[in-house]
Amino acid sequence: MGSVGAKDVPVLLTADGKRIDGRRLDELRPLKITAGALHAADGSAFVEWGANKVMAAVYGPREVHPRHLQENNKAIVQCRYNMAAFSVDERKRPGLDRRSQEISKVIGEAFESVIFVEEYPRTSIDVYIEVLQANAGTRCAGLVAASVALADAGIPMVDLLPAVAVGKVAGEIVLDLKKEEDNYGEADLPMALVPQSGRLVLLQMEGHMTKAELSKALDLGVKGCQQVYEVMKDALRSRYAVGRSAPGEAAA
Amino acid sequence: MGSGHRTGHRGRGRGGGPPNASRERVLVLPGEEIPADGLKPGPGTYRVNGRVYASVLGLLNHTPPTVRIIPLSGRYIPHPHDVVIGTVTDVQGTFWLLDIGAPRWAPLHMTGTPWKIDFGETAQYLKVGNSVVVAIETIENTGRIGVTMLGEGLGKLEGGSLVEISPARIPRVIGRGGSMIGTITRLTGARVVVGQNGRIWIDGSPEAILRVTEVLRMIEEEGQRPGLTERVQGYLQSTAGPRPAREPRSDAPRPGDPTGPEPLPGPGEDDETIGPSPGPDF
Amino acid sequence: MSDEVTAEILTTHLLELARAGKRLDGRGADEYRPIHVEPGFVASADGSALATIGNTKVVSGVKLEIGKPYPDTPNAGTLTTNAELVPLSSPTFEPGPPHPRAIEVSRVVDRAIRAAETIDLKKLCVTPGEKNWTCFVDIHVIDHSGNLIDTALLAALTALSHTVTPAKRFGVGEVDTPLVVEHFPVECTFVRLGETIVVDPSFDEERAGQGRITVATDEVGNVVAMQKGLIGAFSPDDVRDVVDRAFRHGDRMRAIARGN
Repeated sequence: MGSVGAKDVPVLLTADGKRIDGRRLDELRPLKITAGALHAADGSAFVEWGANKVMAAVYGPREVHPRHLQENNKAIVQCRYNMAAFSVDERKRPGLDRRSQEISKVIGEAFESVIFVEEYPRTSIDVYIEVLQANAGTRCAGLVAASVALADAGIPMVDLLPAVAVGKVAGEIVLDLKKEEDNYGEADLPMALVPQSGRLVLLQMEGHMTKAELSKALDLGVKGCQQVYEVMKDALRSRYAVGRSAPGEAAA
Repeated sequence: MGSGHRTGHRGRGRGGGPPNASRERVLVLPGEEIPADGLKPGPGTYRVNGRVYASVLGLLNHTPPTVRIIPLSGRYIPHPHDVVIGTVTDVQGTFWLLDIGAPRWAPLHMTGTPWKIDFGETAQYLKVGNSVVVAIETIENTGRIGVTMLGEGLGKLEGGSLVEISPARIPRVIGRGGSMIGTITRLTGARVVVGQNGRIWIDGSPEAILRVTEVLRMIEEEGQRPGLTERVQGYLQSTAGPRPAREPRSDAPRPGDPTGPEPLPGPGEDDETIGPSPGPDF
Repeated sequence: MSDEVTAEILTTHLLELARAGKRLDGRGADEYRPIHVEPGFVASADGSALATIGNTKVVSGVKLEIGKPYPDTPNAGTLTTNAELVPLSSPTFEPGPPHPRAIEVSRVVDRAIRAAETIDLKKLCVTPGEKNWTCFVDIHVIDHSGNLIDTALLAALTALSHTVTPAKRFGVGEVDTPLVVEHFPVECTFVRLGETIVVDPSFDEERAGQGRITVATDEVGNVVAMQKGLIGAFSPDDVRDVVDRAFRHGDRMRAIARGN
């Protein structure tokens, strides 16, 4: 989190409740999802969310390499979240750093919670997320892209997984943090929802929140996830239905 | 998986049911609730607390007594009696491993062939890179896929060309009662073996192979637009040349007849189809 | 086709078609798939582009940073090229340390950029001996459908051509000025299919190919780099032939990158 009172902290919230980019407290950034964006992958999706650009691809279920990783009674889910060197302000050295490895793990576990892995013993379902341009909320954008890619690949699941980060900015609980809000705000809470059950399969938090603030944040996050869910479904319906041509777009 | 509430997720089916199924074209996504109407939840669905949901992206299909989802995408999921085209990826002492485009490779045992092979001689009969037509025999709980090359229309493939399309499109390639594949072979003189796994072998003159390949591309990319059958016939008739097809080789499997059981009337027959559009730009 | 093994029937068919001067997708031996570039694809970079050739898609981002020159070149900046062949882009790529083919793509693209003197490294000097610009050219393959080298270099050069040096952000200037691109190298890759040498190999043609040769040319008539790869051979006359073809294709690709 940024330091309060630092010289160049931007104004995160105006007196009339507008955020740094003019959004209301409970408003998502513009979200556009294109299912089936890639040719080589079994399933894929491209997400443009605010200033994030994230690509996801799914391969599988397929044979496991190396073989000793395979499980006798189910598929394993191998998830790799990676950021391109040019995706962030300060060039990032290529390769998985510890942050990427942790994100890969929590996203992979979110999917393992909803994929019917017993359907495909001794196989691997490989989920790859590449962040091409980052502006806060990349793990949520990546998870959303990968979820659409999994459906595009025909992988059986309990549900799609909408995700969003809620935060606390200038004392207020807000939906879908952008970069400055993430850097200078007081808390960040990414989450992913299984709409069918109403349960969360990804939940992380960092910062300071009271119990009441947390409770409010959870509710706001679930509402935000419901909105993201509609955009995800639209993207898949566009790809697979007759007559629609525009990929899923959110009303801003 | 999670909380254990789900009961009986069914593996994804493909077809083979009786043809008196409902013909509605309802696209469902994973997690969408399906009205079960007293039907049994079948492939592509799962049940929680008495309610039925889709688990895969596909077409809702009521084939009493079951409600199922016909997947519109994804790798080939094998079913017993499917005839598929595989590529040999590994050779062992008593068997070969075949890549059939399924989640797992399929072992073909030497006793599953018409040849009398001694231990260690397998490489003399099939090498890595060879293509074969085999039938699925068993799917075990471990995921092991048993295949055989013993049977009519099965065997090693030589010459010709191979095309790969989405397995979800195969019913369209075959057509109701074999009408589409019959039209294709009749108007081109090509010999065609259609694998349920989306792989299709074509043999004939270079022109015939080219025309069949183009028709398959049309089915894969334009199958969701109405009037496909007319467009295919129009294309084949307008590109018919004076030259007759080359004589088929005698050692390869015979062509033409739909392989496998009657396809479930899934993604459209002669009218509009729901299916993936060609990959959009992003 | 399959992730690992190519069906022999497909290889044989490709060779038969090539003998008749035809290709699987209907192209001629000297025909590229559709080529597109989209400059400015990534706003977080100082310059960027998405390049597509057929279904192959590559994103390149250029980022400039202030650093200290090497002692033996106090008046020059540095340029580094790196290509990532991420597993997202192909079932044939595995996660892990760079595979030799990823290293080869990086180095062949870098060689063309450097040999063509695309960027005058002396112009990247800010204060001799103290401050210079390091120019990072990062290439991210996102969809592999054959011919990564040509697509990667096209993405990189288009990105460089739209790069603005972030002088203000690094406190070394009042105004951000465009990076000057002195030359525009383009790479053209050919693959042997029997006796025919085809340009812009598709994924299947690369697998069936019996030798691959890449020729880099600039816009003023120089050959600036070459690389022969895969298993197979080319005669000196073959080389002369592909060089001629590379100049023609290079000019066309430069025009596309310029937006013509």
